[in-house]
Amino acid sequence: MFDNVWLIPILPLIGFLINGLLGKKIKNETVIGGIAAGAVLGSFVVSCMTILKLLSLPSTERVAEVKIFSWITSGTFNADVAFLIDPLSCIMIMIVSGVGFLIHLYSIGYMHGEEGFYRYFAYLNLFTFSMFLLVLGNNLLLMFVGWEGVGLCSYLLIGYYFHKKSAGDAGKKAFVMNRVGDFGFLLGLFTLFWYMGSTHNIWTIRFTEMAASSHLLPTGGIVTVITLCFFLGATGKSAQIPLYTWLPDAMEGPTPVSALIHAATMVTAGVYMIARMNYLFIRSPETLTVIAVIGACTALFAATIGTAQNDIKRVLAYSTVSQLGYMFLAMGVGAFGAGIFHLMTHAFFKACLFLGSGAVIHSMHGALHHAHSHDDAQDMRNMGGLKSKMPLTFATFLLATIAIAGIPGFSGFFSKDEILWQAFSNPHHGNLNLLLWGMGAVAAGLTAFYMFRLVFMTFFGECRITPKAKDHLHESPMVIVFPLIVLAGLSVVGGYIGIPKVIGEVVGGIPNYFEHYLSPVFKYSEEYMAEHASAHAGVHNVALEWGLMGTSVLIALIGITIAYTLYVANTGIPARFTAAFPALHRAVYNKWYIDELYDFIIVNPCKAFGQFLWKGFDVVIVDGAVNGVANTVMAFSGLFRLMQTGLLSNYAWSMAFGVVVMLSYFILK
Amino acid sequence: MSNILSLTTFLPLLGVLLLFFIPKENKAVLRGLTLAVTLVTFIVSLLILTGFKTNAEFQFVENVPWIAAGPFVMRYNIGVDGISLWLVILTTFIMPISVLSTWKAVEEKVKEYMICLLILETSLIGAFISIDMFLFYIYWELMLIPMYFMIGIWGGKNRLYATVKFFIYTMVGSLLMLVAFIYLYMLGTQAGVTDFSVLHFYNLKIDPAIQVWMFLAFALAFAIKVPMFPLHTWLPDAHTEAPTAGSVILAAIMLKMGTYGYVRFAMPLFPEAAHRFAPLLATLAVIGIIYAALVAMVQEDVKKLVAYSSVAHLGFVMLGLFAFNVNGMTGSMLQMLNHGISTGALFLIVGFIYERRHTRLITDFGGLAKQMPIFATMFLIVTLSSIGVPGTNGFAGEFLVLLGGYESELRWWTVVATSGVIFAAVYMLWMFQRVMFGELTNPKNQSLLDLDAREIAIMIPLIVLIFVMGVYPNPFIEKMDPAIKKLVAQIRPASMDVKKIDTTSPAAHGAIQSQSGLQAPAGYQGMSGMPGAEQPAGHSGTNGQMPAGHPGMSQDGQTSEPAINPHESK
Repeated sequence: MFDNVWLIPILPLIGFLINGLLGKKIKNETVIGGIAAGAVLGSFVVSCMTILKLLSLPSTERVAEVKIFSWITSGTFNADVAFLIDPLSCIMIMIVSGVGFLIHLYSIGYMHGEEGFYRYFAYLNLFTFSMFLLVLGNNLLLMFVGWEGVGLCSYLLIGYYFHKKSAGDAGKKAFVMNRVGDFGFLLGLFTLFWYMGSTHNIWTIRFTEMAASSHLLPTGGIVTVITLCFFLGATGKSAQIPLYTWLPDAMEGPTPVSALIHAATMVTAGVYMIARMNYLFIRSPETLTVIAVIGACTALFAATIGTAQNDIKRVLAYSTVSQLGYMFLAMGVGAFGAGIFHLMTHAFFKACLFLGSGAVIHSMHGALHHAHSHDDAQDMRNMGGLKSKMPLTFATFLLATIAIAGIPGFSGFFSKDEILWQAFSNPHHGNLNLLLWGMGAVAAGLTAFYMFRLVFMTFFGECRITPKAKDHLHESPMVIVFPLIVLAGLSVVGGYIGIPKVIGEVVGGIPNYFEHYLSPVFKYSEEYMAEHASAHAGVHNVALEWGLMGTSVLIALIGITIAYTLYVANTGIPARFTAAFPALHRAVYNKWYIDELYDFIIVNPCKAFGQFLWKGFDVVIVDGAVNGVANTVMAFSGLFRLMQTGLLSNYAWSMAFGVVVMLSYFILK
Repeated sequence: MSNILSLTTFLPLLGVLLLFFIPKENKAVLRGLTLAVTLVTFIVSLLILTGFKTNAEFQFVENVPWIAAGPFVMRYNIGVDGISLWLVILTTFIMPISVLSTWKAVEEKVKEYMICLLILETSLIGAFISIDMFLFYIYWELMLIPMYFMIGIWGGKNRLYATVKFFIYTMVGSLLMLVAFIYLYMLGTQAGVTDFSVLHFYNLKIDPAIQVWMFLAFALAFAIKVPMFPLHTWLPDAHTEAPTAGSVILAAIMLKMGTYGYVRFAMPLFPEAAHRFAPLLATLAVIGIIYAALVAMVQEDVKKLVAYSSVAHLGFVMLGLFAFNVNGMTGSMLQMLNHGISTGALFLIVGFIYERRHTRLITDFGGLAKQMPIFATMFLIVTLSSIGVPGTNGFAGEFLVLLGGYESELRWWTVVATSGVIFAAVYMLWMFQRVMFGELTNPKNQSLLDLDAREIAIMIPLIVLIFVMGVYPNPFIEKMDPAIKKLVAQIRPASMDVKKIDTTSPAAHGAIQSQSGLQAPAGYQGMSGMPGAEQPAGHSGTNGQMPAGHPGMSQDGQTSEPAINPHESK
């Protein structure tokens, strides 16, 4: 049925091997870029065929597994290299291959003339391959391979400009923080495997088997432990509190990398993982609460930092952290479908925003270079008025911004609103719901504010770079603009496949296609909720839903208005504000000093402790003991040596002494 | 073909004889001949691999009387099983690489050096294939001598201190082992055993109280060799002073002698004592993992850093062994091979830059990636395999070790050990970054040459294996699997087989079986919760044959804790 699904991951792998091994010899950028982008395009075509095939099946039969080979078999444990095709994995491969292809295409233009052109595309293909493994793997271990694989590619691509120390540092930080999450992932895997095996004799890490036997799991207890471990994994990969600090630093990588890995695909892996194992998470109210609270806090916290950054990519990075927070909020309130929906719309508009910022940076960089200026090409304080210079970029960027801000009719509105409503009305968190909704709504306002601040600072007002450089600003070539247009289009229309029920009913009974499509994946969770329905009751109030929707839109509009006031109408206010509250501004600008805090409480003590163990314990205590024994032996042998004088009279004296002693002993006895 | 094991063992000695006839000025011939001998040995050893039948028995056995001592006979009794097979292949595989690695580095006393290498190979192979314990002891002691000279003669500045430390450390352990060994012989004579075959000693059923002392003697000897914390301090010194080939052999093969000693002797000979001391040894193993990682993090010398990473890796191996289940043991065996390949490769890498710059201080480098792109790529791959990134060899072994540990009573130990995956990334990547990334500032580094053909040829086989074992480890596991299953059954102490606890079986099992279109999980071999509950024969069949529902577990998932369990983790 899905016999050719193996082509999806294998094509980018082939691309990686060709470019990785031969790229240096090929040299021709068109060939290298063509191979890389072509491979992903091939994956996209096969993905389309796969999802069409899946849709042709009745919704109850939309799950299949394709085994490639038996991978690790030992004792109780078995893991295959096998792929799982279901609505969730299909939507993911569509996003990864579709957005991935556009970004590959864009990269051909963006990376033109870079020294490691082939290296870049090899890594990018390897990343795509790993991402496919992650979303297609039919068991936890294969997912973990992809999980680590994307982390590795992220490391390589963040450190792409490896001669810069900051890039190397950022790559390492990303890898290590991800590893902290992996630690959680592994523990979750072990606990789940051991628990299901030892109590029910089901030794499995296969998703289908886990789902089918999930009814054997208790509510809470061990499941809370398991899910919290997995969630730790998710916080690392998806940059949530407390492991989010690597993502803003990851902006050291080339901008298309930020778009692909650090916005559209890899960082959403944590969300995907929770959705994949929804039947586990639904069984732990405690974990759901933790996820919802962390998600809401991250959404709000990162949004505050986003308001004060001047680096265009950093604003988007914090925006990504914040939007991922929304997705986790959705997971935490049991709205798995809504979370995946937001994952998809976010992939469209955030990829568009990153690529747009890349186009801006590219243009700025070229202009500043021509003018021999050393100003920072990514600093928005150097930009301004670009809308006339780069009209297409501006138009696409604006559409994506409206989408992320949650203006009705655009994709972000549908997905974000769905999450906010579910946060308010879900049956899991009782009184906490109002707070979750409130944090989400405030974050939505902040999002609208900082995104429009970005747009206004970048595209509106006076151009703030030197007049000499200004003349070199230009619109990007088609290979860069085309992906922007496609993504902007998707940012606008992408939401219509998942119109919330209340709206759908008003406009003529349009169902929520997306929710319907994904529902088989969440079957076991729904069964569980149906069984426990008596204990939990959600809110069902159409008028209230409309009211809340209006409120969140209003908040977003207020955010936009404030941004307009501060950055277009009355540009003096921000300076006066920072002058009035210097400490607050410094704290926000410096990201609330979280990095410094981590250095202080974790990194430096670890290094100091390592030094102590080495110089203190290893050298002084262990080797001290060893050498001490040796020295003691030496000292004693030195003493004994004194007796070996070689003088006959000494020996005679001591013999006589011995004879006397012995005789005395025998006589006196 | 019946003498193929002897042939593999003594081919290097034959090479030594040939070397005697070659004048010492003829360095090229000396090197070439040694390389040829090790290559032929490797090829011959592949016949062992292809002829090996996947079962739990010793194969290619040669058993002839050797030294008669009264009623007791020391026999030349050798053979391979699934446990020693891969270690023999690893040895013959690493040797030509080691020879090739010192092609240019050793210019003094080439003849003696090559003789040392070849004697070392014979003694290493011999130790792995000995079934007769006396024979094992001879090889075990013999391998010290060439290594002693290799460090002492061709080593670095502080070589005498290092080599004497290495020698005395190992000797102290060996002597204790010898005492226990003689005692074992006496027990054997009482029981009517007439030779030193370890297979006979397995059946002795030694009194647990006596086992304790004998286990401690063996365990100490092997723990020094592994080396386990806190007996590890000889290793960083020996490694930093040893020439590249010495380091490679030391790390890749000789350290395995310690872990192999546990698998072959200490654990199956004294199972009750092994169980009794499992918490202690697991604690030391886990301390080793974390401790060595923290110390590795702050090392200034790349080679010392790699040496400490060895201690951490071997900690994983030990943890897996003392999980006493198939997953843990398989993971450990894999990890022994993986460590041999990855750490061997790391020492080669360090050797490459040392030969170019005559320094190993991290601060002397930086930005080499630009100057040496091939070197950078290979170094990166090896680094990742050392970290255990999936897709490289390091992953499957480490994963199975941790999985096995988690299934056993060592659950909490394993949780701590799992954090080692974070530290490994920290120290390796930090080192890699400081050596390879950044600006190429040091002028001495600006004229560095990338790897030449010989160096690439050395690295390619290792790199290929890194990926093959990472992507497709099953062929390796399959060969060792029966032997490991047998071993796991063997080291389950007799006293633990007494009780069997009945539980009602949850009906879930059958439903899953019908659901799965793919291969069902292989037979349940682990011993989660409590070992005593398993059937003594060990089940190797499919799920259907065994009692559904794990004995000893009540349905709500609480582990019941029978009193017979000697080291419950709770």
